[in-house]
Amino acid sequence: MQTATSHRFKENARTALDDPALQKALGNFQENFIDRRARAAARLPEFDALRDAARDIKDHVLENLDFYLERFEAKVVEAGGQVHWCTDADAARSAVLEICRAAGARTVTKGKSMIGEEIALNEHLAAHGIEPVETDLGEYIIQLRHEPPSHLIAPAIHVNKDQIADAFRAAHADLDPARPLGEAPALLAEARARLRSRFLAADVGITGANFLIAETGSTVIVTNEGNGDLTQTLPRVHIVLASLEKVVPTLEDASTILRVLARSATGQEFSVYTTFSTGPRRPNDLDGPEQFHVILLDNGRSRMLGTEFQDMLRCIRCGACLNHCPVYQAVGGHAYGWVYPGPMGAVLTPSLLGVGEAGHLPNASTFCGRCESVCPMRIPLPKMMRHWREREFERHLAPAAARHGLRLWAFLARRPALYRFAAAIAAGLLGAFGRRRGRFRSLPLAGGWTAHRDLPAPEGRTFQQLWAKRRRVS
Amino acid sequence: MTDGPVRVALFVTCLVDLFRPTVGFAAVKLLEQAGCRVEVPAAQTCCGQPAYNSGDRADARAIALQVIEAFEAFDYVVAPSGSCAGMIRAHYPALFAEDATMLPRARALADRTYELIAFLTDVRGMDRVTARYDGAVTYHDACSGLRELGIKEQPRRLLDSVAGLRRVELPGAEICCGFGGTFCVKYPDISNKMVGEKTADIVRTGADTLLAGDLGCLMNVAGKLQREGHPVRVRHVAEVLAGMAAGPAIGEAAE
Repeated sequence: MQTATSHRFKENARTALDDPALQKALGNFQENFIDRRARAAARLPEFDALRDAARDIKDHVLENLDFYLERFEAKVVEAGGQVHWCTDADAARSAVLEICRAAGARTVTKGKSMIGEEIALNEHLAAHGIEPVETDLGEYIIQLRHEPPSHLIAPAIHVNKDQIADAFRAAHADLDPARPLGEAPALLAEARARLRSRFLAADVGITGANFLIAETGSTVIVTNEGNGDLTQTLPRVHIVLASLEKVVPTLEDASTILRVLARSATGQEFSVYTTFSTGPRRPNDLDGPEQFHVILLDNGRSRMLGTEFQDMLRCIRCGACLNHCPVYQAVGGHAYGWVYPGPMGAVLTPSLLGVGEAGHLPNASTFCGRCESVCPMRIPLPKMMRHWREREFERHLAPAAARHGLRLWAFLARRPALYRFAAAIAAGLLGAFGRRRGRFRSLPLAGGWTAHRDLPAPEGRTFQQLWAKRRRVS
Repeated sequence: MTDGPVRVALFVTCLVDLFRPTVGFAAVKLLEQAGCRVEVPAAQTCCGQPAYNSGDRADARAIALQVIEAFEAFDYVVAPSGSCAGMIRAHYPALFAEDATMLPRARALADRTYELIAFLTDVRGMDRVTARYDGAVTYHDACSGLRELGIKEQPRRLLDSVAGLRRVELPGAEICCGFGGTFCVKYPDISNKMVGEKTADIVRTGADTLLAGDLGCLMNVAGKLQREGHPVRVRHVAEVLAGMAAGPAIGEAAE
């Protein structure tokens, strides 16, 4: 599985905040994602009703997951394909490697797949002498830069044009140093030219899946670049990487969810390409692969069924929660330390890696609620982050100072008379010391606050004191 | 409910009680203007949200029980905070979801609990106030009030009736200020980045006063504005609506 640095979230965040290039790259969410999504949602009067319908479809699937997965497999087999059930990342990597070896593969092309990231497939293939080539432009860029994606749908959103040009010049040995790469079209042309020969030469094509359709055994991808189609139709073998919650009952269900997916992700009504694959090439087909394999990955998801985290399995990876999250916008995706960043990652990562590794993520939220308000699948993300905090609290994983502070406060809060007394003393003392300036620049035990901002001083008496006095007078 | 004035229990909130009683008295004044008889149960401390959001359900439940017992005899519970009112309204029933005895009591209290401005406008039908405030103000939508309770237009409507007040919209008014309760001290670097963007937006409006409906957010923003040396004054919206904005603003020295 992909190595995680989620336990270093605080340090990762500090590094991100101190990186001026990253901070600049993170400055465009309002225009590029938030405004576009809002316009797309406003143009569709039934958008919120579709969100309800999409939620209900996935809830139904999750209650009957075994049924729909078995039905999906039967249909894949009927169409001449094969389903590989993989309980964990190791099993999935081995299955892919085996298929590649059996096909005598030297290079594989890859469409964008978060499951590919989750199981660290590229590293595994490369270690066994098979060269993986990412064909999604963003994924291609980060592959050259040897780094993981920082966003679900815009994997290289943290990279600017100059850095892309540098990566191309370093990797493309015969690239004329005089050729300008300053503008996006030039970068695109360069990547396209490089990738064309790779598409044609690849022995195996690997894609992800946005949906698996139980009634037909089809897999569905949505892309904007068309790279997925070339990846899956040109090579002799097509491997689909999917986690098991991607299944939906019918084509109709997929189309319902597709209507909220692109609008939530990029503000498009539909992505440019929506591609359905059903089995390998049939006798009269003009093109298509000779073999069709679906890697069906569990990797901890079935453990979430029946728990307070089941709703997370409705997620369709649109990225809306990231785009609207002020914490994600402040630190970017890499700070989260694993494959899935932002609010969805703050719930999913502890589910898959354990709260010991990923305990920071559900804590690093103000519970502002913006993620839930835009989630097309109506996943109650803050509520589930709070559930993770409860698990941590039960296991005493929070820092000792925070736990003791909380216990002391709770002790007082449960004793109103004592609380009134303590509050009056605190208000009196802080009020007396703070009266001259009206605020504190620093204060013992309040360093977390006063490192960055002043602390307003209390007025000097508590409301309860003043209210009691007013009652006595009147 | 009986005849006569509506009996409202004021849930002062721990921050207003400790830091800024003026907000509590402003709330009392506005509620009385709206024809309510206001009482302040002495057995109140906090709504329990710090425990709840730290994963400490047992303490959160114990505090919630205390609040329910102290407040359930009144017609309404009103808090000058969307965050605390949201805790009672949206989360108390969740805390007692598996407690058949307490759940109906939690729900009953939740249904009668309101944030101050929403109560004045939506329940009491207040559409204007008699206060005066000479200045250009901008308004920040605190997250819980906005997204848990749907408070958006009500405070703006009342502010627009204040004589002498000119209101400027705040770009990004719906974006969190980075307070987040214990978040601001658990993740101070990220919180700092968020509040820094908020103060930059505020300063760009040219307003001389920032208002909002939650003291936690206000203390965060005021503290940052003051650390950065900006002269923008920060107040709870109730102070302006009640005509009680003559004293020092949040974090300002008494004369």
